[in-house]
Formats: sequence, C-alpha cells, structure tokens
Amino acid sequence: MLNAIWETEGLQTVGIVVLVFASIKLLHLLGLISFSEDSVEDELELSAVRHRPEGLEQLEAQTRFSRKELQILYRGFKNECPSGVVNEETFKDIYSQFFPQGDASTYAHFLFNAFDTDHNGSVSFEDFVMGLSILLRGTIQEKLNWAFNLYDINKDGYITKEEMLDIMKAIYDMMGKCTYPVLKEETPRQHVEVFFQKMDKNKDGVVTIDEFIDCCQNDENIMRSMHLFENVL
Amino acid sequence: MAAGVAAWLPFARAAAIGWMPVANLPMPVAPTEKNKRQDELIILNVSGRRFQTWRNTLDRYPDTLLGSSEKEFFFNEETKEYFFDRDPDVFRSVLNFYRTGKLHYPRYECISSYDEELAFFGIVPEIIGDCCYEEYKDRKRENAERLMDDQEDNKDAKLPNMTFRETMWRAFENPHTSTMALVFYYVTGFFIAVSVITNVVETVPCGSSPNMKEVPCGERYTVAFFCMDTACVMIFTVEYLMRLFAAPSRYRFMRSVMSIIDVVAILPYYIGLVMTDNEDVSGAFVTLRVFRVFRIFKFSRHSQGLRILGYTLKSCASELGFLLFSLTMAIIIFATVMFYAEKGSSSSKFTSIPASFWYTIVTMTTLGYGDMVPKTIAGKIFGSICSLSGVLVIALPVPVIVSNFSRIYHQNQRADKRRAQKVQKARLARIRISKTGSSNAFLHSKRNGLFNEALEFTQLPYKMNLSDQSSTEEEQRLSKSTSLLESQHHHLLHCLEKTTNHEFVDEQYYQQSYLEAGLQSYPSRSPSLSSQDGVTGTCCTRRSKKHHTPLPNASAPAHMQPLTHTHQQCLQELSTIHIQPLSTSRSSLNMRVDEPAPLNCQSSQITTAIISIPTPPVTTPEGDAHLPAGPTHQNVVKVSAL
Repeated sequence: MLNAIWETEGLQTVGIVVLVFASIKLLHLLGLISFSEDSVEDELELSAVRHRPEGLEQLEAQTRFSRKELQILYRGFKNECPSGVVNEETFKDIYSQFFPQGDASTYAHFLFNAFDTDHNGSVSFEDFVMGLSILLRGTIQEKLNWAFNLYDINKDGYITKEEMLDIMKAIYDMMGKCTYPVLKEETPRQHVEVFFQKMDKNKDGVVTIDEFIDCCQNDENIMRSMHLFENVL
Repeated sequence: MAAGVAAWLPFARAAAIGWMPVANLPMPVAPTEKNKRQDELIILNVSGRRFQTWRNTLDRYPDTLLGSSEKEFFFNEETKEYFFDRDPDVFRSVLNFYRTGKLHYPRYECISSYDEELAFFGIVPEIIGDCCYEEYKDRKRENAERLMDDQEDNKDAKLPNMTFRETMWRAFENPHTSTMALVFYYVTGFFIAVSVITNVVETVPCGSSPNMKEVPCGERYTVAFFCMDTACVMIFTVEYLMRLFAAPSRYRFMRSVMSIIDVVAILPYYIGLVMTDNEDVSGAFVTLRVFRVFRIFKFSRHSQGLRILGYTLKSCASELGFLLFSLTMAIIIFATVMFYAEKGSSSSKFTSIPASFWYTIVTMTTLGYGDMVPKTIAGKIFGSICSLSGVLVIALPVPVIVSNFSRIYHQNQRADKRRAQKVQKARLARIRISKTGSSNAFLHSKRNGLFNEALEFTQLPYKMNLSDQSSTEEEQRLSKSTSLLESQHHHLLHCLEKTTNHEFVDEQYYQQSYLEAGLQSYPSRSPSLSSQDGVTGTCCTRRSKKHHTPLPNASAPAHMQPLTHTHQQCLQELSTIHIQPLSTSRSSLNMRVDEPAPLNCQSSQITTAIISIPTPPVTTPEGDAHLPAGPTHQNVVKVSAL
C-alpha cells in the first residue's frame, strides 16, 4: 500500500521538477531572464567601428598613385564598405563575385592575410592602397616579394610543400566543378611538384625568398606576366 | 556583375599577380582601353531638375537608355546637357539604380507611371530589389484586377448571333441577363429552401396519439412528405439536365464541384425508389438520406459570399493544414501525458490514450464538458498547461485565415493568384539566367577573345602586314560586342584558366566529359567528336569552325590545338579549347558562320603542342604546312617549348 502511495507521489514530484525546469527555460527563451550579464553590450560594439583614412597628401607620398587615382580608388572602396574597413567576410563576398563558377573563399582568405599587413583582422584603405601600389606600380622585386608573402602562409620565410598545396588547392577551387579537362584529386599536387622542381634549387623541400626571386627572374613567362596589369588603373 | 563591385575589378586583377609565379603557361594579353577618357561629370536635366553623375556610373549598364549611345539623342548642344522631358521624382529611383545597383520602388508612386518610366529608360522591372519587390508586385496585381473589373462590366452586353444553347448557358451563369433567367433563378432557390426545410421538419416529433409513442412527422404524414420530395427532385433533375445540355464543355461541367453536389443531392431519391422494398438494405438507404442535406450547398450558386468562403478555405489550405498538424501533435502529446499522470488514480476515466484524446480536444478548444476530469495533482497541472496552450495554438493561425478571407472578399483573387505564380516563375528564371549569364558570357566571349589574343600577341618586330590590316577590322568588330569592363573581367578569368591549365566549361559539356573520363574512352569514339571531320589547331581558327557549322548539336565542342610557333613571321600563342555555349545563345551559332578569316598566317614550324583532345591533322588554308596530330590518346600533354 505504501509503495503505491510512494509511486504516485514520486511521479508527481518528478513531474513538478520537470515542470519547474521547463518553465525556467521558457522564460529564458523569451528573454525575460538572462543568465550572463554582458549579452547586451555585445550589440553596441559592432556598430561603432568606423575608420577614416589618413590624408590624401600622406597617401600620395607613401604610395605611387597620383591624387586622381587615389580619389577614384577611395570612391570605389567607400562605396562598397561605408564603414571604411573591410572585414574578411565582405572581402570574401566581393572577391567571390568575380568567380561565379567556383568557390573563391579560400583564396580570398589568403589574399586577405596578404593585404592585412598589420594583422588586425580588417583591411583599411591604407592597407588596400599600399598593396595595390606594390602590385600595380612596384618593381619586379617588390611584386615577387609580395607573391612570396602571399604563398608563405605562416610568414616564416619559407614556402613548404604543404603551404603551396593549400594555395594551389585554393586556386583550383576557384575554377569550380565544370572544367575541361575534369579536375582530378591529384592535379593540385602535381602542380605543386612541378613548382617545387622549378623553384627548389637545393632540393631541401622548402623554397626560400632568394630561390624564389632568382628562379622567377630567370623565367621568361613569369617576367612577362608580371607586366601584365600595369595599365589597370 | 553588380555595379558596386565593378569598382573592385582593378583590385581583383592586381591580385591576380599572385597566380603568376605558379602558372606554367604564358598569360593572355590584357585588353587595352583605346580611348580612355578621364572620368567626367555629365548633367542630366529632367524637366528642369538637374542631376549630375559620373559618366562611368551610367556606363555600368550598357543595355539601358542612359548607359548606351541612345542618350545622345537627348543631348542639348547649347546647354551641353542631356534633357529628358520626364518625371523627375521617378528619375531619382532610376538614377539610384545606376549608383547602387539596386532598383527601389517608392511607395507613393503610382504603379503605372513607374512602369512607364522604367520602360522609357529601358530598365527591366524584374531587377527590383527584394526590399521593394513585394510591394511592387502587390500593387501591380491590384492594378491588373481593377483593369479586369472594368473589362468585365462590359461583358454583359449581349452578343448577337448566339445559339440557343449559348443563351441558355449565359442565362444559367448570370441570372440578371433576362427575366426568364431571373424567374428560373428564384424558382430553384425557393425549391432548394423548401427541400431543406422538408428534410428538417421530417424528423420533428409531431403530436402523438395516446396509444403510440412519439413519432416524427415524417412517419406520420408519409405521403405528403413523399410528394414534396418528389416535386423537389423533379425540379432539380430538370435543372441539372438543362445545365448539362447547355454547358459548352460537358466533360468539364460534369467534373465541376457544383455538378457533383447536384448529383449527390438527387441520387439518394432515385436509389431509394429502386430499393424501397428490400428490407436488408433499408438501413443503408436511411443513411443515404443524409446526403440530401447537401442540397443546401446548391445555395452557393445563389450566394457570392458562400463561394468566397469556399475560395478562402481553398487558398488557406496551407494554414489550415498547419493548424491541423500542430493541433494533432499537441493532442497526442497531452493525451499521453494525461494518461500517464492519471494512471495511478482509482476509477479514472482516462482508460487509454485514445480515450484521453477526447479530454485533450475538449480542453484545448476550451469547451470543457466536464465528463472527464483529472483527479491527481500532476494531472491537474498538466491539464491546465493543456488548456493554456490550446488557446495559443488555435488563436495563432486564425487571424491569417481571417485576413485572407477579407482580402479575397474584396478582390476576388482566384485567377490572379494563378497568374502571379506564373510571373514568379518567370522572375526566378530571369534571375537565374542573369546569374549564369556572367559565366556563360565568359564562355561565349572566349571565342571572341581568341581573335583578340591572336591579334594582340603578335609582338612588334614580327607583326605581319596581313595581320595588321585584318587586326583593326577585328578589333572594331569585337569592341562592339563586349564592354571594357566585361573584357577585363574575362581576361581575369582567362588568366585563371592559364594558371591552372584547365578550362571553364558549361554544365552540359562537363557532364559529357565526366562520363567520357569515367568510361576511359577517348574522344576518337566520343559522341562529341563523331560528327566532326577534324579539328585544327592553326592560328587560322576559322578553318575549324567551318567544319563545325553543320553541327546541329549545340553542345558539341570544337577543339583546337594550341601551338607555339617560333616562326619568323608570326609569334602566336593560342591555347584555347573552344566550347560552344549553351542553347541560350543561339546567335553564337550564326555569328560563327559569318565571320571572315582573321588571319592568314603561315606556320611552317610547329614546335610545341598542348593537346587536350587528339586530333587528326588538318591543313592550313594555304595548304603548305601540316600540323602533326601529336601523340594521340593522351589526356593532357604538355610539351615544353623547343
């Protein structure tokens, strides 16, 4: 007899406990109770980020662009990023628009790191314009330096095969699926092998900056293609 | 490509330098801007209000009036501005479209004036941004309905030379056309009412004789009721047969809801006539009488409101379905909980879960009959939660249904919803086409780009005289087809192809080649080449095209061997795989046929070949040099120069 009573009462107790927890969860869900204190302030921070670039004269001195070119560049930059800085997401979006068939986000990530020279997670107009100045108006040495910097993901001064493979895969990703001939799994790897054979003179498995620049300067194709984009702006 | 990111194209192109050390092939030449003007402000005078913008901004959309040379027609020489005699308020939205790439629809504008302005400036309304598209479509639909209503008012005019059958049908559908029709309309209405009332009164108990118990009137005055019923059914039968005769499409009429109701209303009587004397089935016969109540639905022909109620329920099918589904879920949950909560208590009415369904339904709809009541504390707690949630679950979808009804009642939506669905499909299709348009445009222009490179890569000391002459013609022809922005974008994609040594293709071709690769069957047997005579890899690409023009299949590719000649006279680098674009660009087929020979290059020495598909040898137009086919049956062979 006692067991029966305990059984029913036990069920009731369990029911009540479950009910209490469920109601607390419901209130939390509805936003009436909050457990952590700093949930509200997070919202404010994001909207406060704004950035104004240095003056036109300073930028003119630091880069190789003329005043007019800087004006045109800034107008385009500001149009797309009204807050004055590009974060990685926006950067990836913009870059992906040029490559509709493939996935440009990985390569855009590497590019972002290459442009974000002070590694603060966002590319300001100064970073942007400095990068462009090297790419469009720099000497061959500077351009090759920049390319080396792009490939060297961890910025340790050496390009390893793994880093190169990452970059290569990112580039092939941009092609997308519909290519001719059909992209195979080992195509990036083969490409990396070819690259290393060409670049790695002392066969130590890494490419240093000197090997890289030497080899590129001896390669006609690469030299010619470096001049390709000089009239871009 | 969106207008906003067009400004970032220089950046994307500069970043392409990152691919250069990795690439093994030489890059194509960049397109040059021939007459590069410094960006200037232009003034647009719209009915006196002056707007100013950069010329480049307007050039972003070359297929509109402001982006093309069409605006030159409006140029005013004296004031050096473009004058448009249009509405300046709407022009604001038009100009903002060029600036931001998004077209907005201002709410205070009249829909037809807005549409006219868009049509004038050559802008397709489908690109209205998502923020304003709903509003735009709603207003457009309202407007279309209003126009339709105006038209329908004229439909009542009687057309001459209608056959008797057509007159009858019109009379049935629209009783206000003639007096006969009106009389018929009211007579049938009266008899429907009589029939329904008869059915109801039949079951009322009418006075009882002292020795018998209460009998319903139907059994007391059998003959009278039978005569009434017969009369009504006669009328209904005659009406049905007349409608059937007059209907323009009998098959469609018989399938319509109203005719089914008619049939269901009169059938029980006839069945009853046939089966009166059979005792066994009289039970079933009695059940059939229930169907007589469907006669009341015949009133829907007489009442507009009933019809609209029907349409509402049909159009809210999804909300009703959701309501039903969520209610069922809640009922099952609560019934289970109540059953287990009440299991312990003695003499509980909750004998099984299905038995608890009744309690849950009654509680959730806040009826609360009180025939089943929980007795344990847990049961009472859950019971109260059940009734609270019942209110919520039922109250939520109901306003949607109500607003739907009011909307339909005011606007009579049925045909327009069908039309709106078609347009939505068209809109999505257009958006999809424009998205694939950019990638297709690239494939499409690769063929053009071929000529561009062929011409431009001839470096100065070695340029042939012949190619000089033809190059300017080619350039002129090409400059018409693609804008500078496009050609730069395509050049960027071309560089990427070179870097990876793979080509962009369209879906169809990719599927084909994927299958081919899977089967390991090389193109000598593939369907795509079977109809080709051969593929040429000379710099004179037109030759190869001639072979392919008779091809009806748009997806069959034409392949060309890229070559590098270290030829004294022409230093050419062509490496493309020629792919025909999708059927969306039918004009490309025509274009290929009409193109004249771009070059007359003599290639006597071929030193390298990058072969993507084995090709049989083909002669050059001069016939003096033969290109070797190269090693056959190899997928991608890259042979280093010299």
